[in-house]
Amino acid sequence: MLVGDFLKNSAQLFPRKTALIFGRRKLTYEEMNVSANRLANALISLGIRRDDRVGVFLDNSVDAVIAIFAILKANATFVVINPTTKFQKLSYILNNCRMSGLIAGWDRFTLVSHIHEDVPSLRFVVSSGAREEYPKTDPTRFLDFEELLRSSLPQPPPSKCIDQDLAAIIYTSGTTGVPKGVMMTHLNMVSACTSITTYLKNTSSDIILDVLPLSFDYGLYQVLMAFKIGGTLVLEKTFLYPFDIVKTIIREKVTGFPGVPTMFALLLQLDHLKDYDFGHLRYITNTAAALPVSHVKKLREAFPHTQIYLMYGLTECKRVSYLPPDELDRRPDSVGRGMPNEEVYVVDEQDRRVKPGEIGELVVRGSNVMRGYWELPEETDKLLKPGKYPGERVLYTGDLFRMDEEGFLYFVARKDDIIKSRGEKVSPKEVESVLYRLDAILEAVVMGVSDPILGEAVKAVVVLKKGVDITGEEIRRFCAQNLEDLMVPKIVEFRESLPKTETGKIKKMDLTSKGE
Amino acid sequence: MGEKKNIEEKIRRFVNQTFLRGREANPGLENDTSFLEKGIVDSTGVLELVAFLEETFDIKVEDEELVPENLDSVSSLVKFIDRKSA
Repeated sequence: MLVGDFLKNSAQLFPRKTALIFGRRKLTYEEMNVSANRLANALISLGIRRDDRVGVFLDNSVDAVIAIFAILKANATFVVINPTTKFQKLSYILNNCRMSGLIAGWDRFTLVSHIHEDVPSLRFVVSSGAREEYPKTDPTRFLDFEELLRSSLPQPPPSKCIDQDLAAIIYTSGTTGVPKGVMMTHLNMVSACTSITTYLKNTSSDIILDVLPLSFDYGLYQVLMAFKIGGTLVLEKTFLYPFDIVKTIIREKVTGFPGVPTMFALLLQLDHLKDYDFGHLRYITNTAAALPVSHVKKLREAFPHTQIYLMYGLTECKRVSYLPPDELDRRPDSVGRGMPNEEVYVVDEQDRRVKPGEIGELVVRGSNVMRGYWELPEETDKLLKPGKYPGERVLYTGDLFRMDEEGFLYFVARKDDIIKSRGEKVSPKEVESVLYRLDAILEAVVMGVSDPILGEAVKAVVVLKKGVDITGEEIRRFCAQNLEDLMVPKIVEFRESLPKTETGKIKKMDLTSKGE
Repeated sequence: MGEKKNIEEKIRRFVNQTFLRGREANPGLENDTSFLEKGIVDSTGVLELVAFLEETFDIKVEDEELVPENLDSVSSLVKFIDRKSA
């Protein structure tokens, strides 16, 4: 099975069923499938071939979903890029995977209008959404999404991929500060979707609300899974106005609501959450960061008929574990056990499996484990190591865990210093390298500090050069111009010097107090 | 009318300082620019915005009022505050 088959099959089984709701727009499976076919034919006529990489640089939208399936139907690999990415990183990602085509919003036009000069592999940009002005562009390089749909054929193009081909490359922050492309084959993604929809007991009657960005794998998989089961996806641009989300859950009779702790913390600030009838909401899922036990308790009070799934995962294998809801009372601090069709275990530094209760590194074995990092064999070898059988590779997660006698996992710590803010990974190195571009800064160090809403807030501690003056606000502004929104430091602290070890390494632990 | 102008000034100053931080959109913040559409405010930003409104204008924002119709642009905020403080 291929990822693109999710849409094809559901369009055959439920042609007139609502596949996607976005604001006031409702689209059936047939409409989605035909639009994806049309765009796929357009991409092929623009020269896209099997294994080519095509980027999706769009806000959550109908066009973003069409684009993903069209790229798959064109036998190519899709790469969803965070729509708040700034030029330098965008151009890095496009060059890194030698992208052939990019689908971007017209509202990002100023950003992509000169991208061809930086990215030699890029043949065209397809722009979607409303145009505020009609820029003068080279018509062979800049095409309009709607016009392509109108002028292309609705028949499906020939399918040429097998499940060993890459369905997607998902860029993720690494400790080195340079984004790494996680290669996911069709088999990887289909396996992950099958395991997850199995334990969530999804059926075609499910209506899933997705307020997470599609550039975040947790948000992306909601689309894939909803289409796989033939359910309905209610897609929102973002999670912004908590009461709006409550209204949407009720209006659309949502049955599944995936979120991150930040969203649940915001929802729980509503005074009258308990007064609404969420009887149809079958489940809530949490992943990306641990949900505090107190929030679990409050969520259960507010959603008494809803099952709460605590989960854990990493992009490199999509998902690792889930806690069955009926275990919540017995093990509120566990992230559960391995999902169906996957094996998880904990090893010590000598690679021996540890006894129950002992701490070690978590290892994941299954068809959901990535193929590797795009063109980074050494980085790949650090995480993917030989498994049980010849040729097999298993994933060393870099996360420290202990496992109890019944196989339930308890998160202990990360081995690296990646920050998890709003559940998404932020590389301190990446933020630091932007800070060092400011002339005024002599030294800078970035870390996560605990925050009741964000989980971890990004904090920068800086030492200025002698005689210069710059405010924290100016530093934040510079970061906002050069980094994705979620990476901009919430807190900037000034110091005369940074505490260091004898070898000159900055001691981050001494700096994690919240102060301004 | 003077009162409304005053409310607008305070809101603009807050939005500029807290959310725009000199981004491209900064000079182009029209009264009816949607914060959601333009990606000006994020989810924690809404919290900051509500805290600012409650403190500055001495009002209580109810659950039902946490919707874009009230909060999603400078002009909708001015109308909302005007109505709440009446």
